Amino acid sequence: MSDLFYNAVPNATRVAPPLPQPREYPQRKPAQVYLFGTCVLDLFYPEAGMDAIHLLEREGIRVEYPQGQSCCGQPAYTSGYTEQAREVARAQLALFAGDYPVVVPSGSCAGMIREHYADLFHDEPETLKQVQALAARTYELAEFLLHVCKVQLQDHGNPVKVALHTSCSARREMNTHVHGRALLSQLGNVERVEHDHESECCGFGGTFSVRMPDISGAMVADKTRALKDSGAHQVVSADCGCLMNINGALEKQREALRGQHLASFLWQRTGGGQ
Amino acid sequence: MSTQSLIPTVEVQDDFRARAHKALGDQQLRNNFRSAMDSLMTKRAVAFSDAHEREHLRALGNAIRARALSKLPDLLEQLEQNLTRNGVKVHWAETVDEANGIVLSIIRAHEARQVIKGKSMVSEEMEMNHVLAEQGIECLESDMGEFIVQLDHEKPSHIIMPAIHKNAGQVASLFHDKLGVEYTKDVDQLIQIGRRVLREKFFEADVGVSGVNFAVAETGTLLLVENEGNGRMSTTVPPVHIAVTGIEKVVENLRDVVPLLSLLTRSALGQPITTYVNMISGPRKAEELDGPQEVHLVLLDNGRSQAFADSELRQTLNCIRCGACMNHCPVYTRIGGHTYGEVYPGPIGKIITPHMVGLAKVPDHPSASSLCGACGEVCPVKIPIPALLRRLREENVKAPDSPHQVMRGQGSKYSRKERMIWNVWTRLNTSPRLYRLFGFFATRLRQLVPSNVGPWTQNHSAPKPAARSLHELAREHLAKQDKH
Amino acid sequence: MSAKQNILAKLRKSLTGTTPLADNFDEALVTEPWRYAPEQRIAQLRKLMEAVHTEIHLTTAADWPQRVAQLMRERQLPSLLIAPATAHGQQLTAYWQQCGDLPPLKAYDRPVEDWKAELFNDTPASLTGTLGAIAATGSLIVWPTPQEPRLMSLVPPVHFALLNASEIHDNFYEVQQKFSWAAGMPTNALLISGPSKTADIEQVLAYGAHGPKDLVVLILEDR
Repeated sequence: MSDLFYNAVPNATRVAPPLPQPREYPQRKPAQVYLFGTCVLDLFYPEAGMDAIHLLEREGIRVEYPQGQSCCGQPAYTSGYTEQAREVARAQLALFAGDYPVVVPSGSCAGMIREHYADLFHDEPETLKQVQALAARTYELAEFLLHVCKVQLQDHGNPVKVALHTSCSARREMNTHVHGRALLSQLGNVERVEHDHESECCGFGGTFSVRMPDISGAMVADKTRALKDSGAHQVVSADCGCLMNINGALEKQREALRGQHLASFLWQRTGGGQ
Repeated sequence: MSTQSLIPTVEVQDDFRARAHKALGDQQLRNNFRSAMDSLMTKRAVAFSDAHEREHLRALGNAIRARALSKLPDLLEQLEQNLTRNGVKVHWAETVDEANGIVLSIIRAHEARQVIKGKSMVSEEMEMNHVLAEQGIECLESDMGEFIVQLDHEKPSHIIMPAIHKNAGQVASLFHDKLGVEYTKDVDQLIQIGRRVLREKFFEADVGVSGVNFAVAETGTLLLVENEGNGRMSTTVPPVHIAVTGIEKVVENLRDVVPLLSLLTRSALGQPITTYVNMISGPRKAEELDGPQEVHLVLLDNGRSQAFADSELRQTLNCIRCGACMNHCPVYTRIGGHTYGEVYPGPIGKIITPHMVGLAKVPDHPSASSLCGACGEVCPVKIPIPALLRRLREENVKAPDSPHQVMRGQGSKYSRKERMIWNVWTRLNTSPRLYRLFGFFATRLRQLVPSNVGPWTQNHSAPKPAARSLHELAREHLAKQDKH
Repeated sequence: MSAKQNILAKLRKSLTGTTPLADNFDEALVTEPWRYAPEQRIAQLRKLMEAVHTEIHLTTAADWPQRVAQLMRERQLPSLLIAPATAHGQQLTAYWQQCGDLPPLKAYDRPVEDWKAELFNDTPASLTGTLGAIAATGSLIVWPTPQEPRLMSLVPPVHFALLNASEIHDNFYEVQQKFSWAAGMPTNALLISGPSKTADIEQVLAYGAHGPKDLVVLILEDR
């Protein structure tokens, strides 16, 4: 959203946007939400999407899943193909036109909509208004459960140690680590353990992982080692890109440890699916 | 120590990825960087223990740098006027060749043979040591870290800690081999060896060269920060002082320096202030007993005006060279500074180098980032480094015939094939029917995913799509729900 | 066109149609976190300076020459460089004459070129005044003068510095404002916050890199 001030005089020297204020949340939970499933989750972690739907429905919220949705546009955007990203983003806009929240079970995708759509459409005033409105009602799943639904989770599971990994961009743009930790802390039998360099990137970075496989590989090797050394029985994350990276690496290393999407973890721990 | 032995013969070999591969396999290097960066991150965190204070100070730092850039040409003229009034000679150079020419002509005018240099990244841009050596002039680094890398014919691997890639044992061997001293790994003793060698050089030098941390337009003052005293020595003992700096280093007012100084020293090394803050406003006056008789300032462009021309990329020039972005970068930490192959490594190097040498010379720089955002989060002047990296990726894949010329070497990664792939991706993701069809086949044919899918399977097992997509599962589930 | 004209023309073209950003300098950000009660200032300065190996002694306007003499004896320093034309230089000289058996005083009273080798090779210690100090960062303010030149605080391995307790200020911003620095800067102004140091080898801190190995600050509590 940093570009909004500068459209009037494109040459003007830029000042950093004002310090962010804590997000204000609606007092009451809405009757209905959209779920924006995101592409990786759609094809690789659909059960996490379903568990997100179950969690929301248990809160008495009707979930709408627009069948026309695909991807938020992030892969092209971060690769420098801005035009392509814009067209993919544009295709999503009309699908989420209703004036109710959009819940995204993937931190970096939620961040893409909230922080970067305005940049994509900075020179289209009408669309810009639309994406600003969309950004204002877009929530990452954990954030939505915690601050809008104000969930009180009842843990039905056995004692377990988990490590939480949050996507870096999502953590910085969306505070997902705070939300994830708060939700896990509601679960009485779940002990969250820290891992070494917890806030460091797992090395995914979208196309970075295939453009720079050596560097990305060194990063994920360090991340998986830290997760293994943490003593956690399992890893939890609310970002599908990171999960694919971490799980893919653990599987290649023939390790038993795995990461699970936060939605599935929460749903299973709280008696879902029984 | 002969002049010949100090001529840098640094050859950058291979391309970025090959160098990265090599660096990643060097466990000693990995350990040296990891432990150093961990310690620097901790020190910074301690120095900025009050997050509220830190964030407001960063905002002020950003506003000061932005204000200076918003009137840069006027401030440069004001700086020149005030420095000239104070007796400093100001020179302007568009290229490093011009800058070296200016420095050489000053040195020749004094028939100087020996130059002692304080730490200056701009002189690294100019490859001043090499240029002067070719003319038979010894140009010796006096910052301990710079001295060490110069002795080993290397370049700095970090802008604040040039020899951070070496451990004490490596420095011990180097001193033993090159200076003929007894082998010792004791850091105090190593530093005393450096002190002895360099004191002699300060004493003998005809010309001192330094960089500049902030050039204050209002007073015509060059401000230098340092811990060792070599900067003061280089700018005070020799009869001639030549300061070299980039055109972006100017700030409007003396008071602007107060927050910038605090941001710089706390971000860089976690110090409340450096041992010395050296404010130079002119050469020795008639009644004074020491200090240089002549002070020169060389203002260098070297691509900065290209970054300046685009208001987004202009933010690159906010940089105050603290190095915090590299200290916090998970990529830099693993590959070290030399892998970048250029003067400025790490995140700031990736966004500034393309303007200096052209994007085509460093085509991999913008891509060598997971865009994790750690650099932008710690930048004391709030340069949106991840956003600028993304922007450079955009410039990098631009068609060569693009009418919008933003930077030298743009389009260096343009590939028709890759563009076509993204166009197909766009088609797929903008057509719900196609997307669902793709999802259907991807899930149904998931057993056919080959076990080797290019670079991904270097570090991971092959990705296998789920049996059914969320689109399908959600459609069925929500249809049932709606019936209830 | 000259390089200067080319550079300025490019920069001006890039700013076409823009106006300079307003100066919204918020001085509270560089003053409020850095204020100290008068009785805390010495402690704050001391804490920061001692953390970087500065030696600090509390003394008085009358007693400090004696303290310097004592410190010289303890360190077995063979001589001391002073600025003879300064008030503190004269006070020290008077005390030295009175005692008679102290190591010789050397005067910095001629251009450095006339005695550079002696300064570098045979001047183990020096004594200078200061313009005050900054509590927030633990820094001495030194404006070298023709009477007390800049190399005095740099070349000798031991540097004694006199500081009046009443001249310890809260922060750098306050110092700049109070003494109107922006209205005129000397040839060289310095903030000195400890003995010379480096962490360039393995981040191990080592003192006495190029400047003084020892910085000894004598705070005159009654002045």
